[in-house]
Amino acid sequence: MREDERIFGNAGGSSFPGAFDRREFLKIMGGGIIILFTASGTLWPQRRGREYPEDFNAYLRIGEDGRVSCLSGKIEMGQGIHTSLAQMLAEELDVSLDAVDMIMGDTAVCVWDAGTFGSRSTKYFGPPLRRAAAEARAVLLQLASERLKTPGETLLTKDGAVYVKKNPEKRVTYAELAQGKKITRHLEQKPPIKHHSKHTISGKATDRLDARAKVTGEAGFTGDIRLPGMLHAKILRPPAHGAKLLHVDTSEAKKIKGVHVIHDDGIIAVLHEHPDVAEQARGKIKAAFEEPEYRVDNDTIFDHLIASAPEGRVVTEAGNLEEGEALAAQKFEAEYRNHYVAHAPTETHTAVAEITGQKATVWASTQAPFRAQAEISRVLGFPEKNVRVITPFVGCGFGGKNQGYQIVEAARLARLCGQPVQVAWSRKEEFFYDTFRPAAVIRIRSGMDGSNRIVFWDCCNYFAGSRSSRPFYNIPHQRVLEKGGWYGGGTGSAHPFGVGAWRGPGSNTNVFAIESQIDIMAESAATDPLSFRMMNLTDERMKRVLNAAADKFGHPFEKAPGGKGRGIACTDYLGTYLATMAEVSVDGKTGAVRVERVVCAQDTGEVINPEGVRMQIEGCIIMGLGYCFTEEIHFKGGKILDANFDTYEIPRFSWLPKIETVLINNPGMPPQGCGEPAITAMGAVIANAVYDAIGARLFVLPMTPPRITALL
Amino acid sequence: MQRTIRFRLNGKGVRLRTSPDRMLLWVLRSDLGQTGTKHSCGEGFCGACTVLVENEPVLSCQYPVKDIDGKEVLTIEGVAGNGDLHPLQTAFMEHNALQCGFCTPGMIMSAYSLLLRNPQPTEKEIKVSLEGNLCRCGSYQRIIAAIQSTARMMKEQRS
Repeated sequence: MREDERIFGNAGGSSFPGAFDRREFLKIMGGGIIILFTASGTLWPQRRGREYPEDFNAYLRIGEDGRVSCLSGKIEMGQGIHTSLAQMLAEELDVSLDAVDMIMGDTAVCVWDAGTFGSRSTKYFGPPLRRAAAEARAVLLQLASERLKTPGETLLTKDGAVYVKKNPEKRVTYAELAQGKKITRHLEQKPPIKHHSKHTISGKATDRLDARAKVTGEAGFTGDIRLPGMLHAKILRPPAHGAKLLHVDTSEAKKIKGVHVIHDDGIIAVLHEHPDVAEQARGKIKAAFEEPEYRVDNDTIFDHLIASAPEGRVVTEAGNLEEGEALAAQKFEAEYRNHYVAHAPTETHTAVAEITGQKATVWASTQAPFRAQAEISRVLGFPEKNVRVITPFVGCGFGGKNQGYQIVEAARLARLCGQPVQVAWSRKEEFFYDTFRPAAVIRIRSGMDGSNRIVFWDCCNYFAGSRSSRPFYNIPHQRVLEKGGWYGGGTGSAHPFGVGAWRGPGSNTNVFAIESQIDIMAESAATDPLSFRMMNLTDERMKRVLNAAADKFGHPFEKAPGGKGRGIACTDYLGTYLATMAEVSVDGKTGAVRVERVVCAQDTGEVINPEGVRMQIEGCIIMGLGYCFTEEIHFKGGKILDANFDTYEIPRFSWLPKIETVLINNPGMPPQGCGEPAITAMGAVIANAVYDAIGARLFVLPMTPPRITALL
Repeated sequence: MQRTIRFRLNGKGVRLRTSPDRMLLWVLRSDLGQTGTKHSCGEGFCGACTVLVENEPVLSCQYPVKDIDGKEVLTIEGVAGNGDLHPLQTAFMEHNALQCGFCTPGMIMSAYSLLLRNPQPTEKEIKVSLEGNLCRCGSYQRIIAAIQSTARMMKEQRS
């Protein structure tokens, strides 16, 4: 295959010459309709950093050939927006889905974006994309009306063309309207987007548009980039975070033919045209480090976190806790913990940098190409417009690729050696530099009155992050405190290494704690966990997902422990509601838990691609089993003891339960996110099912076999 | 310590002068530009680099290039013939048996070799056979469905 035939996925098969300003942008994008709007009215909220622009040229371009490019600063890492955003655009513009090319995460041509995280793509980028497409369609109608000399009301649009309703022979394609024209037109009145009942593309189960490239091996990931003269770099790493280099000898590495050694301002790297030879050379470097004495490990981390917690911040408060406690007939107090969890993306962090004069082009496996652009600009001292970051397909992210140290490493090394450089982390480096889901502690005190109504809820959250910590049950007296968020880590912080956003940040820990506590109360109320929830809920959306899941699950719940191994958990993740039910069996001898079946009902509001939503729920359920049972980073201070999947086990085929998904029909609500919500209920639903099976509860994740057998 | 290694890659003869102890994965990706085969764990724990040598699945990150001398190697690039996708590839597409797609070449190669050995595998046999292939996105259920539908389709084609 020739290099230019390779499909660098997010670039949709197109290749762009280097381009850095608006004039060049238009040049890159070729001809086609250019419609400029006055910037009036509200901008679309991005909810972090800048706002999304109104000018629809920022989102789409109709080519002379009738193909439509969708431009998005979002990236595709498996979550499926490469397909669902194309559906949204095709629907509003009235073109076939086949006519849309997705161009994503290229800073030279795409809409500025804070990054692809927080299940925000459909929810926040989708609406302005739809508006842009609706306006473009309205302008095309006007143009067609003038061209066909027919009033606009007599026309309709379909499959990339404008027709006369009563005489479909009389038509003009978008391509014909676009040909050689550059039009500036202002639409005073913004056209409405389509009502969901009129949708024919959006809302319909659609197979992934990136699948063909991915099953043939043609899909381009960052590590697949090959540039003339490109060298692969392997960088000397310390044995622990906080370790200091005492001395280094690279003379043996230099003896390997073709190896370049770079030693500059804290970076010691060996480079070679082949990555394995560079790796071999790295093994020849003799280095001595001074390691700091370690103060915390897996056994002491929780006490350490509580001792190091900053002052609390109130997340939510209502009523009066003292009053609530006075109303309580029964009180409950428990502490929940989870260990550090790795992102473990299938593709390790990778970047390729090429520097020509004062311009840098960088390909990166990143969730935040514009952040990477700013960082490279800062490190190299180039203006941002001289730095172009291109995001090929990304092999998993889950929040771990919000950070991109490898990008800066590649950029620095490319400048130092004067040749293009690829940095692809080994699995050991991936574990070492990962920004883990933080170890965290949650303490809950709660109480219910004589009629089993929850009357108070007092929660303190240490380092989990506050997302999903606000109770959605009817609780008159409540307070939630947050002490330390999910970000940060490293020197001077409570964590001995980096921590950060991990798929559903905060929520996995919070839902584990909240929904375990609810089950404890349900048992004391001598009722089953479903009825107890229903009794304490007024939120109709939540009741609806619970009922939908229960219908699919098909078994009545009994007061736990009923010995059947059935569990339940529900949550609201940033507007997406879900209820999950599971059935497990526990091997009394080994402590091994087998998850037999998981049912998840989810209300995501309007669904763009039902197939895509189901895929995300299924993926969340499977990935979630990892943090339920095995995933725990082992460490001694800044030394990460896990280096690969032999000691850090992630879910595999043999773990697979039967998974069933239910999508709630709720098209009247704007689309919500769905990449993360379903994973957040997994700790609780499994802990509750295990309790139902064995009558003993684990308050720590992961629930490893030794921890289970210790209960038995 | 360079040696000339001769083998067949996706049906075409390859002659390569290199160190015989280098791993096949890097020779494929770096020397031969065949980047469909992926590096993920680098130590034989994840299956992403799976290719077939003489129709047997091997972890190319652990397979020295000297051991392919005179043999036939099949990678993801060779699975489709003359532009037509292999039924397994079509089935992966139809079942959306992938998300990020990074483990997919290794999955398809492992499934391909399974179907050669066992044209009608049960769900359990698929799970056992692909246990070494990790998918962080969690497409396992759909991959099993894709393999089973391929098996059914190929059976119909044979009969």
